[in-house]
Amino acid sequence: MPEAPPDDLPALRVEHVDVTYGRAVSALRDVSLTVPHDSVVALLGANGAGKTTLLRALSGTLRLYRGAISAGRVRYGGTVLDGRDPVAAVQAGVVQVPEGRRVFTGLTVDENLRSGGLGLSRRGSAQVAEARDRVFTLFPRLAERRRQAAGLLSGGEQQMLAIGRALMAAPRLLLLDEPSLGLAPLMVDRIAEVVREIHAQGTAVLLVEQNAGMALSLADHAHVLETGEVRLSGPAAALAGTDAVRRLYLGEEGAA
Amino acid sequence: MTGLLDDLLGGLALGAVYALVALGFVVIFKASGVLNFAHGSLLLLGGYLTAVLHDDIGFAGALAVGVLATALLAGVIDRLLLRRGDPDPHTAHVQTIVTIGVDIVLLTDLSRRIGGDLLVLGDPWGDAVTRVGPVTVADSRLAAIAVSAGAIAVVFGLFRYTRWGLSLRAAGEDLEAAALMGVRLSRVRTLAWCLAGALAALAAVFLAAFPAPGLERTTGQIALKAFPAAILGGMASPAGALAGSLLIGLTEALVAGHQSELRLLGEGFGDVVPYAVMVLVLLVRPTGLFGTKGAARV
Repeated sequence: MPEAPPDDLPALRVEHVDVTYGRAVSALRDVSLTVPHDSVVALLGANGAGKTTLLRALSGTLRLYRGAISAGRVRYGGTVLDGRDPVAAVQAGVVQVPEGRRVFTGLTVDENLRSGGLGLSRRGSAQVAEARDRVFTLFPRLAERRRQAAGLLSGGEQQMLAIGRALMAAPRLLLLDEPSLGLAPLMVDRIAEVVREIHAQGTAVLLVEQNAGMALSLADHAHVLETGEVRLSGPAAALAGTDAVRRLYLGEEGAA
Repeated sequence: MTGLLDDLLGGLALGAVYALVALGFVVIFKASGVLNFAHGSLLLLGGYLTAVLHDDIGFAGALAVGVLATALLAGVIDRLLLRRGDPDPHTAHVQTIVTIGVDIVLLTDLSRRIGGDLLVLGDPWGDAVTRVGPVTVADSRLAAIAVSAGAIAVVFGLFRYTRWGLSLRAAGEDLEAAALMGVRLSRVRTLAWCLAGALAALAAVFLAAFPAPGLERTTGQIALKAFPAAILGGMASPAGALAGSLLIGLTEALVAGHQSELRLLGEGFGDVVPYAVMVLVLLVRPTGLFGTKGAARV
């Protein structure tokens, strides 16, 4: 099998990253992890462990919170992402779906999807239509409601719209921040299916979750963050078997 | 009866011009969270440039220069005075206060130049009137209505159909989510300031045209009446600003038309009316006519 050049199959490499807020509060210390081009990687951790901070560091939105990467490197393929703005991440193919969905509630479903393509330089309407058709195939529900205000969708539908909006930017790596948050169990299963589908279509996924059971069932690799540091790393199946993870994140009281 | 029609047409013309100013407030607020207190001075600058240039390069050319220069200055204020680099959502209130300072500087300089003069803008309508059935209307008012309606239609078209408009509406709702989509917040914001400046300069023409005597150093203060119009419309809603402006324009004209009957309320009540209307609307709808906290299902 011929080796493909590294640029065609880029990986996200986070190398020894420190993040501080307001030049004082240290939120991440010496975090390193890799998301290979064809993988689903899960990032677990309790509230305040630094999961969302890491995503902000990747997508370039730390600045909105007065935060900065104070040491280390973030690279996607050949592109350096640390110190860059969100436009750079989107154009490199790294697109984040924010926690809590954050769809534009006053805009229609269609306009929300159009907004997903704003980061790319002018695209032909044919390309936009093609991207939208892909989203509608994945989420037929959105096609039915395309002229409705996004604020009138249910929570599950909004999560689908948030994912669909990100897919409009044709990402090669999708950053998902707590997609199952606040959703009914059936809808969580549906989201898991969608993540599998997106991965099958060739997009790598970094999945941040508190629902460790769901995340570990989807992921190849997983990392556990604790108070700003990577505590555990390894294949998802192996992590799911460790006592610490079972006790802390899978809620199995009996596991000793 | 003709008196009422007169008042309604006058109010419509006034409201249409207020709408140009109020839309500027709203566009700036949506894009940057800033209340632009320098808006009246920007308006005055646009009018001033048109007034001093129209002798040499004609009204149309002077207006074009006035509109472009005001747009440019608004963009420069945003880029160089209010922020350096990326928009920072945490400092919108500080930037709002900076606009007060900008206003003082601009207004002081323009007042010195204008002095006590009444400047003529050289608009083509002069004091000509058109008779429509029983009603006599000043051409300048018809022009105000037509030009404002055209400009407003263009602005709403920009909101709806362009990438810039979509970016603005997305950023106005959720700055971070828009940033995550790769919206170039800085560029979107500067363009918003430029558009608002251009609209203000355009409004200056009609505020100085007949039946007003001309451009005075206090003309910029009229912009303050568009401020309650924007607020009662919901501040972040262009449609609300339009409705608010028409409401205030019509009320003002009707009150002025019936001043003798309203003597009870005191002389010059017309000047207070925009604020009275604003207070009344906000008592009933605290978020403004079209302002919502977002009709969202959770």
